[in-house]
Amino acid sequence: MKDKIAEKLLLFIAFSAIGSLLLITFFIFQQGIPLIFKIGLGNFFSMHWSPTRGQFGILSMIIGSLMVTVGALIVGIPFGLACAIYLAEFSSKMVQKTLKPIIELLAGIPSVVYGFIGIVILVPFIRIHFGGPGFSVLASSIILGIMILPTIVSISYDSLIAVPNTYREGSYALGATKWQTVVKLLIPAARSGIVAGIILGMGRAIGETMAVIMIAGNALKIPHSMLDSVRTLTSTIALELGYATGDHRAALFACGAFLFIIIITLNIIAIRITGRRE
Amino acid sequence: MTFRIGPRTSQIIAHIILLLMTIVTVIVLFFIIGYVFKNGFAQLSLEFLTDRTREMGKEGGILPSIIGTLFITVLAIIIATPLGVGSAVYLVEYTRGGLLRKIISFGADCLAGVPSIIFGLFGFIFFVIQLKLGWSILSGSLTLAVMIIPTIIRTSEEAIKAVPQSYREISYSLGGGKLDTILKVVLPTSLPGILTGVILGIGRAIGETAAVIFTAGSSLGMPTSVFSSTRTLAVHFYILAREGISMPKAYGTATVLIIIILFVNLVAYRLMHRFMAKYY
Repeated sequence: MKDKIAEKLLLFIAFSAIGSLLLITFFIFQQGIPLIFKIGLGNFFSMHWSPTRGQFGILSMIIGSLMVTVGALIVGIPFGLACAIYLAEFSSKMVQKTLKPIIELLAGIPSVVYGFIGIVILVPFIRIHFGGPGFSVLASSIILGIMILPTIVSISYDSLIAVPNTYREGSYALGATKWQTVVKLLIPAARSGIVAGIILGMGRAIGETMAVIMIAGNALKIPHSMLDSVRTLTSTIALELGYATGDHRAALFACGAFLFIIIITLNIIAIRITGRRE
Repeated sequence: MTFRIGPRTSQIIAHIILLLMTIVTVIVLFFIIGYVFKNGFAQLSLEFLTDRTREMGKEGGILPSIIGTLFITVLAIIIATPLGVGSAVYLVEYTRGGLLRKIISFGADCLAGVPSIIFGLFGFIFFVIQLKLGWSILSGSLTLAVMIIPTIIRTSEEAIKAVPQSYREISYSLGGGKLDTILKVVLPTSLPGILTGVILGIGRAIGETAAVIFTAGSSLGMPTSVFSSTRTLAVHFYILAREGISMPKAYGTATVLIIIILFVNLVAYRLMHRFMAKYY
């Protein structure tokens, strides 16, 4: 009897995560979707964002989010993969044991701290050495690239380690060097995990808010170079939610709904890829 | 004739490049923390930690933010721990593969990837407005609780899975029921692993900004109840830095924030390590 009640109660609790996810989906969409229908898809995906005039086009922010995300991946993937490969294949157990937790600590540092480092070091550096306002696509890409490193390193490392040792031994027995083994054998074998890590990192970059607000400049126009200011979907939501009312607030929720769809899609792809491997 | 690099040479070159890139990554980490500490340590004093915040943060200390952060985090953990651990127990002890398990796992994985601004939007419309909790510690901690449930589920699940099957069988053979076995054998054995998840959740809650600024607000007053609005350390630091109110105070606040988070993560890591060494 006691066991039966416990099982029912635990089943109920076990739905807390998926239940929360559904609740979040419901409220974000309920608040945002009616506005999209009201102004029409064409206007929603247009260039004009001017809440006071009732214009809610998010195209320039989509492009902004896309630019900083691609930039973050350009910075994050090479360094992330290099760290993962070095730690998994080239370093001693001692180095592995010390460096892996240190890199994972990067993930624990709050995003506002990254944004702050961007403001006090990176932005002035870019302004002085490359010109422009400093608050830019470039600054955001570098900081976001650093922020997604731990995700990429951690998941790629785990999938490299998971490749059976017999693969390595076979390759060495054929006279291949370590590097040849990595390129020709280990990376292809661990490919799904590496891709999943990159996709999750991409999700983190698109969704990051506070760090980007602090260093992107947030100007509402399409950037023409890496040194131009940029505004993302997330920063628009965070900058304007504090005072927005009526249609304007609904439009911010519509931005959130769009972002949510992208992130959930990326998550599902990553989950499917890693799920298949298991 | 084309110039070709031999396999030995490329091996050496690759090794050097990988090593350099790893070193750069590690240096960047130490630089970020070191730079904040270098400028922040001078700001730390008993007065800074125990004084009220004055003139929007230009003067005084960070006591209200420390207390607000403490309240919000403790409350979020109190809400999230039973839900997270309960889900993990159900996943490991009651489901055997199947659709149900897939749905629950999928929910946790997806929720883990949702960015904090979405939690902020949700918490704002649901807790602050619909449930009329206002900008308050309660709204903030409910939002954070939803955010950290997946962390607790995932870590607890690993920990509960690590409990050897023989422990359960011994309990059953002694006449223990399922619930007794879970409460008296499985949970106590996996406690260090579960605690790791809870502590990681604490770390996430303390460092969070986007999800709390729209749910707990940014009031600088000393919180008096769960319905008070408050400004957590991370939010206070964000406002100081972004609005350029006071760089010295910003460095000081960041230093306190990073020290707490490093400490929390270190404790979590040590616990996990000891637990894993014992059962894996």
